[in-house]
Amino acid sequence: MTTTYWEEEMETLPRAGLESIQLLRLRRLVARVYAKVEPYRRKMDAAGVKPDDIRTLADLQKLPFTYKNDLRDNYPFGLFTVPLDEVVRVHASSGTTGKSTVVGYTRKDIDTWANLMARAMTCAGAHRGDIVHNAYGYGLFTGGLGAHYGAERLGAAVIPVSGGNTRRQITILQDFGPTVLMSTPSYALNLADTMEAVGVDPATLSLRIGIFGAEPWSKNMREEVEKKLNIKAVDIYGLSEVIGPGVAIECRNSNGGLHISEDHFLPEVIDPDTGRVLPPGELGELVFTTLTKEAIPLIRYRTKDISRLFYDTCSCGRTLVRMEKVTGRTDDMLIIRGVNVFPSQVEHVLVGIKGVEPHYQIVVEREGNLDTMQVLVEVSETVFSDEIRILENLAKKIQVEIKDLLGVTCSVKLVEPRTIQRSEGKAQRVIDKRKL
Amino acid sequence: MRVEQIAVFLENKSGRLAEITAVLADNGINIRALSVADTADFGILRLIVDKVELAKKVLKDNGFTVGKTNVLAVEVPDRTGGLAMVLKTIEKAGINVEYMYAFVNKSGENAVLIFRFEDMDKAIGSLQAAGFTMLTGEQICAL
Repeated sequence: MTTTYWEEEMETLPRAGLESIQLLRLRRLVARVYAKVEPYRRKMDAAGVKPDDIRTLADLQKLPFTYKNDLRDNYPFGLFTVPLDEVVRVHASSGTTGKSTVVGYTRKDIDTWANLMARAMTCAGAHRGDIVHNAYGYGLFTGGLGAHYGAERLGAAVIPVSGGNTRRQITILQDFGPTVLMSTPSYALNLADTMEAVGVDPATLSLRIGIFGAEPWSKNMREEVEKKLNIKAVDIYGLSEVIGPGVAIECRNSNGGLHISEDHFLPEVIDPDTGRVLPPGELGELVFTTLTKEAIPLIRYRTKDISRLFYDTCSCGRTLVRMEKVTGRTDDMLIIRGVNVFPSQVEHVLVGIKGVEPHYQIVVEREGNLDTMQVLVEVSETVFSDEIRILENLAKKIQVEIKDLLGVTCSVKLVEPRTIQRSEGKAQRVIDKRKL
Repeated sequence: MRVEQIAVFLENKSGRLAEITAVLADNGINIRALSVADTADFGILRLIVDKVELAKKVLKDNGFTVGKTNVLAVEVPDRTGGLAMVLKTIEKAGINVEYMYAFVNKSGENAVLIFRFEDMDKAIGSLQAAGFTMLTGEQICAL
């Protein structure tokens, strides 16, 4: 099979050529953020690095890391390098203690992103003429609009279905004949199961490819979704801080490796404890430097995603480095139905409710193919009442506030004091029963 | 006039009620009346006992969440319409009942109705005006 590229030259550049582009862009980036962004300048000064010290790609290691906290500390727009009148879009993802992480895009950033999404979708096998059923959520989350702009750039017809209303989605899948499905993998399985329940045979649909991301999914899940929907399923990777979806994508024969658009995002894998850069092939924390982003470029951004990098040439012909499918996190972040959830956010809600003590546990399960989150909360004497109604209202209030903050519906179960396991004086906050 | 009642939070899991009653028995505490209210996830055990403070302490020591509330104990003749008479008075006064339960005393002549009203003071006034007998905690324990 011959490979179809979106930008053949960039995707197949020999490494030396690629690296010279990366270096040029990196030096320009470092000079710009040093001149324009106070927090970056302070950090670089503290580390004793000047923009001129960056002469080779290896010099990248001299630069300090950027953390999610840096975005939070400079909430909302403090790390933007351009005045707001050059920003045409903002997106946000949930932060660790309630404050979200805000990112901005200039017109050129939106253009870059759309182009990279089109490149990713091409790599996945989509092309002009395809009809794209986009079931990623539209909104502050980058998934919906990211996929939308990419599909339009590709020349495909987009159906902006967004999330929810599964029955209607099935009708659209039957009547509009989309050929490409974009959603979280768990939602794709949910669609498949619902089709089975209502007696719709996926073989009668026109779907050919599924481009799935925004949450971890296993090899088993891939096999299941491919079989159930009669499609080829491809993993897409991205995070809003770096740009959104489209940072990396599987090609059709890479089998588990995702090509990173290295001309825009310079990857490193580090030891999360020491910060030391690890050699190719070693497992560690993925770190990205955005080479071309204008509104909010990031230098050595710690993703907390665990992966490894493979530099050998892929049989598809692309020279772009491949990252292994993300296998875990260095922190306690959970991804529930595509939404990032930190246990500390749940704690934040609980301590904000008068009398509720932060003795809680989060139980995550997968029922059918949908993640469910249950929050167990110990009933203290201060919130206890002899009236059912008052306790039920309390559980409801917790549920509503968690939904408001995280955007995830959970069930709340009130439990007796000290029923939540404390191991070595520290409670086990999360029980994840999903088998990913 | 008001009677002290103990309430205990119960998760719906087997053996919890047995544990509570065992703790009370071990400490020589006598249960005069009880009721359990429950939902799918949890329950509330409400108890009237002879040694309120001791019961509260020993249950807390055993890891239970315990609360104390005031309820009213209304004594009515144990015959048809006994409860209806009380409720009619309450309804006329426009008072909401949060919950209630009842037991019949040993002699079998009277029934004791335990009430938690939304407005306890108003309920006491109305019941007194209508001539109902309300028992104290000591009186209940002496029955």
